[in-house]
Amino acid sequence: MANQTSKFGQTGKSGQTSKSGLLFSGSDWDFKTLSRAYEAIEAIAIEELHLDVYPVQMEIISSQQMLDAYSSVGMPLMYRHWSFGKHFLYQELLYRKGGRGLAYELVINSNPCIVYLMEENTMALQALVTAHAAFGHNHFFKNNHLFRQWTDASAILSYLDFAKGYIARCEERHGVAAVEAILDAAHALMEQGVFRYHRPPKLSSERQREGVRERLEYEERSYNDLWRTLPRSKDGTKASETDLGMAERKKTLNLPEENLLYFLEKNSLVLEPWQREIIRIVRVVAQYFYPQRQTQVMNEGCATFVHYTLMNMLFDRGLISEGAMLEILRNHSNVIFQPGFDDPRFSGINPYALGLDMMQDIQRISTEPTAEDRDWFPDIAGNGNWRETLLDAWANHRDESFIRQYLSPALMRKWRFFILADAASEPHYEVASIHNERGYEKIRAGLAHSYDIGSSRPDIQVVDVDLLGDRQLRLEHKVKDGIMLEEANRDATLRHIRTLWGYEVSLAAIDAQTGGTLNERSTSQIGK
Amino acid sequence: MPIFVDRRLNPKDKSLGNRQRFLKRAREELKRNIRDRIRTGKIADVDSEHAVSMPARGTAEPSFSDAKDSGRRQHILPGNKHFAPGDRVPKPGQGGGGSSPGKTVSEDDFRFVLSREEVLDLFFEDLELPDMVKLNLKEILAFKPRRAGFAATGSPTNINVGRTMRNSHGRRIALRRPKQEELDAIAEQLAILEAEPQSTAPVRQRIAVLREEFERLERRRKRIAYVDPVDIRFNRFDAQPVPNANAVMFCLMDVSGSMGEREKDLAKRFFVLLHLFLKRRYDRTEIVFIRHTHEAQEVDEETFFYNTQSGGTVVSTALEEMHRIIEQRYPSNEWNIYAAQASDGDNFVTDSERCIGLMDGQIMRLCQYFAYVEIIDERESHIFGATDNGTSLWRAYSAVNQRWPNFQMSRIANAADIYPVFRQLFARQPAFQKSA
Repeated sequence: MANQTSKFGQTGKSGQTSKSGLLFSGSDWDFKTLSRAYEAIEAIAIEELHLDVYPVQMEIISSQQMLDAYSSVGMPLMYRHWSFGKHFLYQELLYRKGGRGLAYELVINSNPCIVYLMEENTMALQALVTAHAAFGHNHFFKNNHLFRQWTDASAILSYLDFAKGYIARCEERHGVAAVEAILDAAHALMEQGVFRYHRPPKLSSERQREGVRERLEYEERSYNDLWRTLPRSKDGTKASETDLGMAERKKTLNLPEENLLYFLEKNSLVLEPWQREIIRIVRVVAQYFYPQRQTQVMNEGCATFVHYTLMNMLFDRGLISEGAMLEILRNHSNVIFQPGFDDPRFSGINPYALGLDMMQDIQRISTEPTAEDRDWFPDIAGNGNWRETLLDAWANHRDESFIRQYLSPALMRKWRFFILADAASEPHYEVASIHNERGYEKIRAGLAHSYDIGSSRPDIQVVDVDLLGDRQLRLEHKVKDGIMLEEANRDATLRHIRTLWGYEVSLAAIDAQTGGTLNERSTSQIGK
Repeated sequence: MPIFVDRRLNPKDKSLGNRQRFLKRAREELKRNIRDRIRTGKIADVDSEHAVSMPARGTAEPSFSDAKDSGRRQHILPGNKHFAPGDRVPKPGQGGGGSSPGKTVSEDDFRFVLSREEVLDLFFEDLELPDMVKLNLKEILAFKPRRAGFAATGSPTNINVGRTMRNSHGRRIALRRPKQEELDAIAEQLAILEAEPQSTAPVRQRIAVLREEFERLERRRKRIAYVDPVDIRFNRFDAQPVPNANAVMFCLMDVSGSMGEREKDLAKRFFVLLHLFLKRRYDRTEIVFIRHTHEAQEVDEETFFYNTQSGGTVVSTALEEMHRIIEQRYPSNEWNIYAAQASDGDNFVTDSERCIGLMDGQIMRLCQYFAYVEIIDERESHIFGATDNGTSLWRAYSAVNQRWPNFQMSRIANAADIYPVFRQLFARQPAFQKSA
């Protein structure tokens, strides 16, 4: 970034810059200045970084409103639920105590891309935030394949609007308590409420609203033949019939099913149509956030890389004063602060820091590769075109694959990564690998693995339903590396599933390697 | 050019509905919390904000999660200083070591502040107050607008016409605004002169002079308005708290050994309710605590509720002490005197007669209101429910009750019984407000 272009040498291409050539001076902002800064940043972002963004809508909000947005999972509109109230109290407490500053911005993956700016920010911060959110995140949302495939940016806001209205109407009609019971249960299963392997059906808000009524009416009329309570025939050997029945049922119910919410929504016997619709809403929201959770490092890294690069370019062109740049750099370094594992402030790996470092590392590898880099990254080392390399990475990776592909030995040395093996049975940890020749591959694979949502969260599937008997729903938990479920939470969650299913539910823990059953827990053992 | 939307003026408190839902959910736990607070805190403090800790039950958000104490896993951590492969690190608890990347503060473990309204809601809940009373108690001191001079600004409805016209008149005199009569006089002269058949030079000159004078006066009248904005005065109103008076509340309690934790807790709630009532009605409310066994003394709140004393029970000593304090510090023409007495009803047989004498002779005349509660066992409540026989003090006070309308008595076995004691006090409220 050490570009030595004289900062007085060039003036901005927009004729609106003031005499000194600066985009702004002082810390106060107004809409004219914001828009001038936006245009200057836009010009560089498009020409120099080749970013491709949704149109932007900037909204100025107060700190109170920022807190509001925090508590409803960062969305500008959300249905009402007590848990959001609880999160609000928590966030408010942290903020009031000064334990945590508020984010300077919030960005919604929608089309147009909505960026919230806090009114308290100084102009320098507003410029930083514009580059970070309106270009960094925005580009990532529009181009990353996960977002392109899995979420529907143009429909999310109108869908949430529909959801909010629908749930409010349900509360009026059926009572807050009844709606709350369904939402509580559905929220408990949000993690198990996404399709991980195939793309969910596209949201279409217009059709959505029209379709709701028709679908509910249809479902109320129709009945499901699966739930016939009389055995079909009395003769024939019983065993073979049940086997046959099971195979058939698995086929019809599409078992095993990893999306518990989807399964319950479609197949639960006890749910009313409006309850199914509420589950569907929770499921859609969970699905919307699924790509975001898989691309934290990349998303934040991309935004941080973009703001850092753009701000330096603006400074090099003499559009930002030294004072403002200092403020920007100070905020920037706060954001990418990464304490070591033994620091009391350590709370995991900072996605901003890791993302930015990896992207700058890619930039370095493309332009000034070492022999080691040529060895590890023959494709990109010295290709000289870091822009295209990064654009390609941003478009085609998620955290797990990005780290697996691009984490370089140089960076592992810089971060001094090491692996700590943790077996519950041992009284101590063991250092398994460090940043040396033998450890690089392992650290890279291990870190990538830890960002793989599929592996870091319990794998629970619906495997069978005892249709002819007591209608028990059977779930299976694939236990990997002996990691069991936390018991109190497991029981509470099973109770929620029973609420939605209407009959007993059992969960068997199956060892993923051996296939043996480790234990089995049924709601009949749990009680109310 | 992006679209800018200024949302700062949008309605705030978007999450208020969520907060209410959350509080409703945590209600039982919060109620217990507030009840404990009342048990341990000061009477006057009930009426304020409270920080409470996050209720754990009913607000958990379970989901399937990994048990931290099972299986094998790997932590990839930054900042290795001196480890080599194969090194062993003690698990946390023994200090150092890499804790798995995770939370430092749990989201379920924090305190938050309930507003005064929310605290009172929870406090009122099992007292079974009628809604109107709840509303009255929650209301911050009522203000009544009172005339307080004049102001140069105000709303048109408050214009004081008399004062405004007086100002206008004074200004017109000071600036010598021509009167209508002067104009009329000139006009009349003009008319006479012009009516003359032959006009001579002096007459024409005179007409010209008069005409000029007439126009000058007319212009002046136009320039100096009849009523100018500077003249206008408005009635000024001051918000005056009503009624503007002082009240003192006497809390009398038997602290002999027979008063246990439960009894004291009920008594405290009884006192709190009376205090809330007084605080709303009076600007200044003082509380005097008098405890008694076989002798009475004035004590502070802490001692009142938490110290026990051994000894017999002579109720009249407390009444005498109260009388003494009234004489000394709270003359009844300056203070509204309220008294609340809580006891388990035990008393020396001979003393009850003395109590009747004291009440009839002195105390009831000084008091606005005297409330007596007898705290009984829940098991006894159906026995004593309606009958007139009871403890000696109860029988004695029953006699007083018949003679004095401002005396109230009740037996309470649980919190819901407290309110009926005050029923009359609150029932009088509408009449009181009308007369004030």
